[in-house]
Amino acid sequence: MTTTSASTPAVADDDPDRSRDVDGSGGAGGKDDAFDRDVLPTPPGATAALLRSLLAPMKARVALTTLLLLLQQAAVQAGPLLVAYAIDTAVPAFRNDRDGPLIAVAAGYLLCALASGALQFAFIQVSARVSQDVLLDLRGRIFRHAQALGIDFHERYTSGRLISRATTDVESLRELLDEGLQELVTVILSFISVSALLLWLDLGLGAVAVASFGPLYLLVRLYRRRAGRVYGAKSTAMAAVIVKFTETMNGIRPVRAFRRETANDAEFAILNARHERTNGDALLEMARYVVGSRLVANTAVAAIVLWGAHRVAAGSLELGVLAAAVLYLRRLYDPIDRLGMFLNSYQSAAASLEKIAGLLAQEPTVPEPDVPRRLPSTQRDFPGREVVFDGVRFGYRTGGEVLPRFDLTLPAGQTVAVVGSTGAGKSTLAKLLARFYDPSAGRVLLDGVDLRELSTAELRRGVVMVTQEAFLFSGTVADNIALGRPDAGREEIERAAKAIGAHEFISALPDGYDTDVRKRGGRISAGQRQLVAFARALLADPAVLILDEATSSLDVPGERAVQRAMATVLRGRTAVVIAHRLSTVEIADRVLVMEGGRIVEDGAPDELIAGTGRFADLHRAWRDSLA
Amino acid sequence: MMSTTRTTADRSAVRTLLRLWPYVRPVRARLFTAAAVAVVASCTGLVIPLVLKWLVDGPVAGHDPAGVWLGALYLLLLGIAEAVLFGIRRWLVARPLSRVEAEMRAGLYRRLQRLPVAFHDRWASGQLLSRGTTDLMLLRMFLAFPLTFLLVNGVTILVGVIIMLVQDWMLGLVILGPAVPVMWTCAVFERRYARVARRAQDQVGDLTTVVEESVLGIRVVKGFGRHRSQARAFRELAGRLRGTELRKARLLATIWGVIVALPELAIGAALVLGAVRVADGELTAGTLVAFLSTALALRWPVDSIGFLLAMTQEAATATERYFEVMDEAPEDAAEGSGEGTAPGAVGVSGAATASGSLPVPRAEVRAGAGAGIRFEGVRFRYPDAPPGSPPLLDGVDLHIRAGESMALVGATGSGKTTLTALVPRLYEVTSGRITLNGVDIAEIPREELRSRVAVAFEEPTLFSASVGENVLMGAPDGAGKPELDRALAIARADFAHALPQGTDTRVGEQGLSLSGGQRQRLALARAVVGRPEFLVLDDPLSALDVHTEAAVEAALRQVLADTTALIVAHRPSTVLLADRVALLSGGRIAAVGTHRQLLRDNAEYAHLMSGRREESR
Repeated sequence: MTTTSASTPAVADDDPDRSRDVDGSGGAGGKDDAFDRDVLPTPPGATAALLRSLLAPMKARVALTTLLLLLQQAAVQAGPLLVAYAIDTAVPAFRNDRDGPLIAVAAGYLLCALASGALQFAFIQVSARVSQDVLLDLRGRIFRHAQALGIDFHERYTSGRLISRATTDVESLRELLDEGLQELVTVILSFISVSALLLWLDLGLGAVAVASFGPLYLLVRLYRRRAGRVYGAKSTAMAAVIVKFTETMNGIRPVRAFRRETANDAEFAILNARHERTNGDALLEMARYVVGSRLVANTAVAAIVLWGAHRVAAGSLELGVLAAAVLYLRRLYDPIDRLGMFLNSYQSAAASLEKIAGLLAQEPTVPEPDVPRRLPSTQRDFPGREVVFDGVRFGYRTGGEVLPRFDLTLPAGQTVAVVGSTGAGKSTLAKLLARFYDPSAGRVLLDGVDLRELSTAELRRGVVMVTQEAFLFSGTVADNIALGRPDAGREEIERAAKAIGAHEFISALPDGYDTDVRKRGGRISAGQRQLVAFARALLADPAVLILDEATSSLDVPGERAVQRAMATVLRGRTAVVIAHRLSTVEIADRVLVMEGGRIVEDGAPDELIAGTGRFADLHRAWRDSLA
Repeated sequence: MMSTTRTTADRSAVRTLLRLWPYVRPVRARLFTAAAVAVVASCTGLVIPLVLKWLVDGPVAGHDPAGVWLGALYLLLLGIAEAVLFGIRRWLVARPLSRVEAEMRAGLYRRLQRLPVAFHDRWASGQLLSRGTTDLMLLRMFLAFPLTFLLVNGVTILVGVIIMLVQDWMLGLVILGPAVPVMWTCAVFERRYARVARRAQDQVGDLTTVVEESVLGIRVVKGFGRHRSQARAFRELAGRLRGTELRKARLLATIWGVIVALPELAIGAALVLGAVRVADGELTAGTLVAFLSTALALRWPVDSIGFLLAMTQEAATATERYFEVMDEAPEDAAEGSGEGTAPGAVGVSGAATASGSLPVPRAEVRAGAGAGIRFEGVRFRYPDAPPGSPPLLDGVDLHIRAGESMALVGATGSGKTTLTALVPRLYEVTSGRITLNGVDIAEIPREELRSRVAVAFEEPTLFSASVGENVLMGAPDGAGKPELDRALAIARADFAHALPQGTDTRVGEQGLSLSGGQRQRLALARAVVGRPEFLVLDDPLSALDVHTEAAVEAALRQVLADTTALIVAHRPSTVLLADRVALLSGGRIAAVGTHRQLLRDNAEYAHLMSGRREESR
């Protein structure tokens, strides 16, 4: 693994911008490398807008949290004030046998202590509710949006990155909300209240304290700028680690069989090291900030004490006031570490939110219509619909298969077999009909209605596609079949399985239909998975069924059983069957032969077989292959 | 869902966290220095009130301007020292802690790559991923913060209390009053929090799994318009996680409420008592100021104990989750040459030690009788199959002679794929043995075995790398363009040359998406590129159209002429690639012969090949 593209992650460069560029050059198309660099364009202000929109429904509760914190801080800040009162008033009063003030101090402290405890208790719970609701909202938004985005997006974004967005990036917002928000409110409140108290205690001392905010502000600004960069790079690095991790775990068999372990370790080490470096960078930025801010704070304390002590010595300041001022000063500067922590989680969350906002800003290439139309109703015993490709053109953004202008009408109820070599455009045809993609020009019509005008629910009642990769979700076999129609009962599920010839093997599983398929059906063979996928499609009961090489892993009897089932199931339905095994053709009413994105032959199977064209050729070859 | 919760009830957080030691060891010097520095820095902070006391009672009361200057200078120096020390602490641990996190992640990745395939069948990869990300971040945060600060704050509190006791023992005792109830609350809280934290982390893993599946299965979700119900399922899980997090918050709120209120009460009591004694002249005002200043300085160390303990608990559950995976025995601990033995790896199981690393001279001796691949009484049952269920393979006997290619035919789900996975030891036979040229594969180191046996899987997985790299994975080091071109030619994967960047085009998840047929041909090229001694092909041509299939077959025949091969076949055309055919039925080899023989004599075979039942010619 020493060639150029594999070594791209090896770029050891502290400048995130540069390393991103190098990253991009190794990418697939090379043209549109925002995907490769994991930097989708985020519209200006989108990050802030996202945060605002997340917090907007929480306004009342955020206000409540702030109020609770305000009261809690008031209870806490009362401490030194009571100390000052005790020393300057209560002690002399007590000497004069007036114990009223001292009792007041005792009562005040008792109240403050209990109040601060109770308020802390309430605050944590309310703020946790706010932050959990925001996270729930955000997770849901990411998930829903990712599901709404088109197949073309998923083909380029990679699952690892999406997982990273929905997990680690959300996690960093969680840190901000859990700790950061509290830090921020505490910091602001104590800055304001302590400054006010100091100014009230003594204008001069207070002014010095307030003046120290200037350099602190500069420090904060510097830190934000630098940390923002570091955290952006860190989030990208983490996503790269996750991509590699998931890819390895999902392909563990070939990894093992081809002894990729050591090479993978090396590649992972590079990505991991990049994350490690950005991680360390972030921690060091924090260290710099802490030193700087502590220095400013401690210098200010020394200066204020110096001046205050002089004034006490000179008699222009009471000792109790100085004592209280000094106690408050410690409190004034205590939160600067916490401010650092807040900035830390803020920067980390901002970097993550920016990536999330970039994801959410992606427009679905296959959007739902604003005003969906309904399909005309069909007869009970004739559910099929007419399909028309009207001047359709299509080209993938990443290059590859292209469909030149294309016109085709499939009458309702017709079963059409599409054959042709790899890259002839068969799958593109199927994907356009299933509306995995929208055509670049022209329209695909279902009973005269443009697919783009149908809601997802309506579209899927109309068109369902079964692909070669029969993906099983974790859950039971029954759950997986029921995916075709979630409201289906067990009886209907079993009927669908029986119709397709899957009932036998499912019944033989340890728990029958309730067997957990575990991780992507590790225990269920590829052929069996295709049967489950078929049963799923049957259950969905669509008007148009697309089968894209959906029987490739079945053995001959299995395929026969599926065909027998289809002969009855497809009656009255429109079906598009893509298969390289021409046995499928036996159930087809019509055959389309595709070549280079065009239909080169079109006719009834017998007609074409009798002729001298490509299909006759293919058919002969296939007959020979049956030996 | 596939929750992997194990009982967390009675385990000590400390004992669990001690398992991190091997990973922390390499950076221990820095970590300990940092902790020591932090202790000193905190104590410096505690000395500041003492200087204040001296200043108030001495120069200020005595109207001594020079003394005031000196006091302020001391304050400034102490302040600078404190700032610099805290900075040094952070600087000391920044890189090492990132390294610990990275090392642990690399260790996890290393181990996961080497755990038996059966382990991966059992575990959802989302659960594995959440261990490698969220859990490790929790651990790094624990090492950076709670670990140091539990120590630092402990010492700070101790020193602070001593200072207070020395200044005035009576007030000091008052301050110490709430210690016992606070500790008791902490202990109770710790246990409950651990349980809830574990649940939350497992739920994060489940959530990760749902996200992953919904992305990997996006075509199914889209094809059936099920994204709403997927989103509902996700929402339900996310809602459950929210509930758990809120329970965590409730526990945290309780402990924090107690930790804030009780010490504050003690300070109040000390203030009143102190004021009385100052009034009585038993105590100077300066002492009281210093005393209270110290007490207030201890506020944060005491308050923080609540969340430090919470973080510690989370770290303990994260550690537990991490080691659940790390404690699994790898395929073979002894031979794994690439296994950089992660620190803290569990004791090497002596499974394959004795014979594993020995050279295998017997190969030559027995070449005559046992040459080729031989299955002898092979039985196999998946390790997690319900007990009592019949084994999937139940006494397979089969001999593939050297240089011969054998097709394996059987009904869907008869165990063909499983049988092929046994040859490169992706799974271990339950009993019986498989020999290559007479040598039991259990005695051949896996690394060597897998270099001699090349496999093309039914599901052609390509990795995010260039076409060339994907194919050359199957070749020994040093193979280059000639081998690549030859392999692509055999697999009729010449389309690769026409890709945007030729064979340097990136494919796989992070690259160009290829069609099923294209991927299958690349996977086939990968299997043949290294001119392997033994070839195992699992239905290698299923996604090819008739013409391509014929072309691939013609080229493949030449490769197969001098290769010992086992080919899973569903179709007559694939079967014809092989010299002989074996029929797998009921967990055994029911018949072996040529295609024509079996077609004539074996009804089941004829049925499988033609689809027509009871019509054997």
